[in-house]
Amino acid sequence: MSEQKIIEIEVLRYLPESDQAPRPEVYKVPFTDDMSVLQGVQYIKDNFDGSLTFRWSCRMAICGSCGMMINGIPKLSCEAFIRDYYPKRISIEALGNFPIEKDLVVDLSGFIEKLEAIQPYIIPKEPRTVEEGEYIQTPAQFADYIQFTSCINCTLCYAACPQVGLNPDFIGPGAMALMHRYNMDSRDGGQARRMEIAASEEGVYNCSAVGYCSEVCPKKVDPGNAVNINKINAGKDYFLRFLSPKGGAK
Amino acid sequence: MSKRRPYVRSMDGWWKKNPFYVEYMIHEGTALFIVAYSIVLTFGLVRLAQGEVAWNGWLEAMKSPLSIIFHLVLLVAIAYHAFTWFKLFPLTTPPVVINGKKLESGLIVRSGWTATIVATVVSFVIVWGIAA
Amino acid sequence: MKTRKRSNAPIFWGLFGAGGMMAALFGPVMVFITGIAVPLGLLLPADTMSYPKMLAFAQSFIGKGFIFVAVFLFIWHAGHRIFHSLHEVGIHGGLVAKLSTYGLAAIVTVISGVALLGIGF
Repeated sequence: MSEQKIIEIEVLRYLPESDQAPRPEVYKVPFTDDMSVLQGVQYIKDNFDGSLTFRWSCRMAICGSCGMMINGIPKLSCEAFIRDYYPKRISIEALGNFPIEKDLVVDLSGFIEKLEAIQPYIIPKEPRTVEEGEYIQTPAQFADYIQFTSCINCTLCYAACPQVGLNPDFIGPGAMALMHRYNMDSRDGGQARRMEIAASEEGVYNCSAVGYCSEVCPKKVDPGNAVNINKINAGKDYFLRFLSPKGGAK
Repeated sequence: MSKRRPYVRSMDGWWKKNPFYVEYMIHEGTALFIVAYSIVLTFGLVRLAQGEVAWNGWLEAMKSPLSIIFHLVLLVAIAYHAFTWFKLFPLTTPPVVINGKKLESGLIVRSGWTATIVATVVSFVIVWGIAA
Repeated sequence: MKTRKRSNAPIFWGLFGAGGMMAALFGPVMVFITGIAVPLGLLLPADTMSYPKMLAFAQSFIGKGFIFVAVFLFIWHAGHRIFHSLHEVGIHGGLVAKLSTYGLAAIVTVISGVALLGIGF
């Protein structure tokens, strides 16, 4: 059998009860080639320090819980492999642009509020009774929004977006992508209500088309494109609202 | 009592932390050169409005080696603006759907670059036509 | 629910977009002609930008329009972009940021407009 390989993992620790500020701590972790960075972190918790705090669940890039900055890049730690970093040291930090709650856990309450604000559910164009039957949708109409349904709320895009870091009130890429998903749904009639958020000072125009959000998205949602399409929509709403009998946002 | 004390990290120097951000800041920086060119043109307009002597003075100034070097820098920066402007099109513009199929993003980018080349050649020919 | 204020950004963002497009299409060739080819006498006739020719161009409706649109859109495109960049390096949307970007754009707009009117028709 070959010799046991050891990787150095530097974790940015933060214990709010005792630390004034986050501090790095290095652990030497034995690993095998099939181990993810998440498993490396789990190894640290199980063998070196049980107080190390992080979120995880599915281990297969679908739950969206285990995002962290790995060598400064927002990634799902379950689909980043230690072997790809070895023999260099891996640096791990809580997702960027969010307040650190403890160690690798961030405060997501701001994100949840933004998600609620964009009303991520179908607001029926014309409510139908059960007797009237289902809402019909063609494959072409389905294709309009399917890409944006893939979002798993992992918030890597928020960690990638400097505008979120500079203005924490910015609704941000992920929530905007979901806003777009519902706006694009042929069954939905909530565009005007959501426009109030998109066109607001916390809305789409905070984006400066850095594009890194779409780059790091593990589900190829392309949230950056959703935000930018809505700049055009909000621009039309701004200039045409006086002509439109329905009116736009207030 | 809550022991929560969420720690907010500083954004100082964020653009240096990732090559992606560095490139972003460089292409955003092309705006400085566009400002400069806009001001050069405005100076020219003022000189033109002041009459022939003033205008010829401006033309002379444009011939100085410093001005030529400056305009070579402007050319590189503004060409880089054109390059990145269209490179970002798949991000910044709605998808183009033809017969139910999304146009490939590379094709959109290349169409943009082609448009710049066409605009360049056509403008040059028009200016040549007027001048000759 | 939180009350939200509508952003006036579409005005500036629209100018940014139009100016960016104009600069991407015509910026390089304009710089090449006015700053390199004509001063060095390359490719174009020697009197391409002579006083009578430039005057005639700037007095024509199309020429005047093109020059104004180019100067106007370039400066508002760049002003908006720099305004954002200032925010990004920590100079947030205050008076200094506004004056040095949108303020400058407004001044250049006025000067170029006045000059073009002074050139006559």
